[in-house]
Amino acid sequence: MNWLPPNGALHGVALDRLLNWNLAAIFWLFIAAQFLLIVGLLRSWSRSHPSGAGRFLLVADYALLTALIGLYAWMAVTGQHLWAARREAHASAQSVQVEVTGVQFQWYFRYPGPDGIYGATRPGLVNAPAGNPLGLDPEDPQSRDDIVSAMLVLPANRPIDLRLRSLDVIHGFFIPGMRLKQDTIPGMLGHLQFTPTTPGDYPILCSQVCGLGHARMQARLRVVSQQDYERWLAAREQATLASANPEPASETETGGRP
Amino acid sequence: MNLHSPTAPESRSFVRSRVFTTDHRALAILYLLLGLAAVILGTLLSLVMRIHRVWPGFAFPFYGVPRPEDYLALVTMHGTLMIFFVLTVVPQSAFPNLVLPAQIGATRMAFPRLNAAAFWITAASLLVLLAAFFVPQGAPISGWTSYPPLSALAAAGPGQGAGMDLWLVSITLFCVASVAASINFLVTIVTGRCTGMTWTRLPLTVWSWLVSSALTVLAFSVLLAAAVLLLADRHFGTSFFLPGGEVINGLAIRPGSGSPMLWLHLFWFFGHPEVYISILPGMGLATSILANFTRRPVPAYRLMVAATLLIGLLGLGVWGHHIFVTGMNPYAGTAFGLTTMAIAVPSSAEVLTWLVMVLRDRAQPVTPLLFTLGFISFFIAGGLTGPVLAQPALDSYLHNTFFVVAHFHLVMAMAGVFSVFAGIYYWYPLLTGRRMNEKLGHAHFWISLIAAYGTFFPMHFAGLAGEPRHYAQLSGPVTSFPSLIPVERGITSSALLLAAAQILFLINLVWSARRGALAGENPWRATTLEWAPFSHPMVMGQPYAYCAGNNPDFLPQWQETSPRPDFDSSVTGKFPHDRGAKEC
Repeated sequence: MNWLPPNGALHGVALDRLLNWNLAAIFWLFIAAQFLLIVGLLRSWSRSHPSGAGRFLLVADYALLTALIGLYAWMAVTGQHLWAARREAHASAQSVQVEVTGVQFQWYFRYPGPDGIYGATRPGLVNAPAGNPLGLDPEDPQSRDDIVSAMLVLPANRPIDLRLRSLDVIHGFFIPGMRLKQDTIPGMLGHLQFTPTTPGDYPILCSQVCGLGHARMQARLRVVSQQDYERWLAAREQATLASANPEPASETETGGRP
Repeated sequence: MNLHSPTAPESRSFVRSRVFTTDHRALAILYLLLGLAAVILGTLLSLVMRIHRVWPGFAFPFYGVPRPEDYLALVTMHGTLMIFFVLTVVPQSAFPNLVLPAQIGATRMAFPRLNAAAFWITAASLLVLLAAFFVPQGAPISGWTSYPPLSALAAAGPGQGAGMDLWLVSITLFCVASVAASINFLVTIVTGRCTGMTWTRLPLTVWSWLVSSALTVLAFSVLLAAAVLLLADRHFGTSFFLPGGEVINGLAIRPGSGSPMLWLHLFWFFGHPEVYISILPGMGLATSILANFTRRPVPAYRLMVAATLLIGLLGLGVWGHHIFVTGMNPYAGTAFGLTTMAIAVPSSAEVLTWLVMVLRDRAQPVTPLLFTLGFISFFIAGGLTGPVLAQPALDSYLHNTFFVVAHFHLVMAMAGVFSVFAGIYYWYPLLTGRRMNEKLGHAHFWISLIAAYGTFFPMHFAGLAGEPRHYAQLSGPVTSFPSLIPVERGITSSALLLAAAQILFLINLVWSARRGALAGENPWRATTLEWAPFSHPMVMGQPYAYCAGNNPDFLPQWQETSPRPDFDSSVTGKFPHDRGAKEC
């Protein structure tokens, strides 16, 4: 029985394969060891004399230890192979760039807009009720075209480069369906690369206890086709520019609380 | 240092002799009572959590329906009570006070007053911790790991004000007490061994306490420093753990130049050795009990000593596997993954040796042996998921899910608690002169074993399904785990049964003190010195000189003359363990 949620990421295939054979190996080791313990216990109730198999058992002991060391080494090699493939490569230049920000108790996703550059943010300008949850600086022209979304929308089959940050406490950015997890740590910028393959909706959770709303800190990832992605992005860009240009002062009015 | 002179008999009041005392056996009883209080409270807290998860609307008497912050406060206090005040206090403070001096042939500890002070500081630490329930906003909500900035800023959530301060003061006190107690144990082991008690004649429990005490001094010192730094961040305007640009609750926080990563490293440099501090004594005890009840020597004494030392050494270099998902340098992930995988090797060597001991001879199925088998069973069940979680690639899915909750509750909590039960059933005659009731003990064992597997094994599946820890509710705005509801209900029912089974233990504990079968001298026919009828200044041989099928089938370490010369190492000049094993 497969307990894992359906996988929608390119690397998830290899991860699931690795996880599944690891789980199978330890499951049978678990059964074998518990069986031996039960045999030992059953013998303690019997009245027969010990078999005198001590020497055989000691030899078997060392043989098994050697075999286990081999298994652990193989687990380490295959596990590190996948880790290196996931982490030791730089993001592709064609990657879709999205910034993920964790805030008690909400995930925000910022797209850099047509200029391809994340604009400046200032902590003093953070004001979610006024529509500026990330503290975008309206005086920075690069900020004006930045799109802030509560849903993460991504095109299928393109490499993604997420930039992770947190405004307040440590959060855990976790997409079970994408086999992705990385903490967002205040004061640090993290990066997470992956390629979604299967269109669909995937829950985004918080995996690091972050306060009383921890269990509610959830969002949605929607993987769509390239055309749908472009259509969505264009609509959001227009909406952002429309709302930013006529009244650019609206964000500074209420922003900048001490 | 002379730790062998008999103590002068004094006529003192009950309070002076049993409470404000420097006698290590009396302190052991105080530590056991403290651990008992903590485990009862910690268990009740976990039951509230379990019930709330599956019946979210249930209103508890005198408590009501837990709010989300209440649930997290329960998590924090459950973890803190169990890890510090149960799994550290009992195996690493109560048991050594009970038998360590006797096992090495000493009549007292090296620093009796320091030892007594350690207990009282531990007791103060517990009271300060419990006080957190009663301050405004209640107990802290950041979990037993207390990651900043959540733990550094009172504005970050309810309980993060006065409650968090009390938590930090409590941990600070606990660190001071643990380091003091461990320095006493280390000096006692090094200087207090009686004539003839060479390093290769030490019982494996003593080797375990030697390593776990060294780990305690190193690890708890670091936690002490971290706790003091965090208190300074909270109250003295420093920013060891606070970066700049923080916005909490819509308020910009004073700029800092620190990093929460510093806390993560300091905390887990303590946190991982802590696992071995609480489990190594149980490992040594398991080997001793298996030898005792199979009536055969430990087949690979020196291998077991080497494995214990290696686990202690490697245990200091694996802390990074708790923070694989922080986005740290991938090469650090590789390094910590490999050291973690390496520690599976000495652990496996110990497990395989136990299996050989179990299979080689017919064991006497008494309660201490059953709990030792249970300890081994859980150690294997929880240990096997270790090499899976040691792979950073797989941990990036499993981290902080219920898979990890299952892992550490099996390998640390259940294995730890079962070895504590083994120790209590085994050493109970030393405390009372009576044995605990076997029928109650067997019932306690079997119900606990089945209920513990029923509680913690299904958590693996919840974790594989992606369910994170610290969630007060199964369903959130976007996700819900409907397929897990039956699993979760089963876990809760099992947990209730597991807790109920402990009533059998409590009844047995109290009933046997007055009504239990009289133990007599050396009731388990054991060889180690805690069972000697008198404090003996001289040791002649190996700690596990059992010889199944012969009469007598054991030679205690305190017996000077042997009817079987092959036991006598002073004649052969060889290592007696190997010789004993061959001759038997």
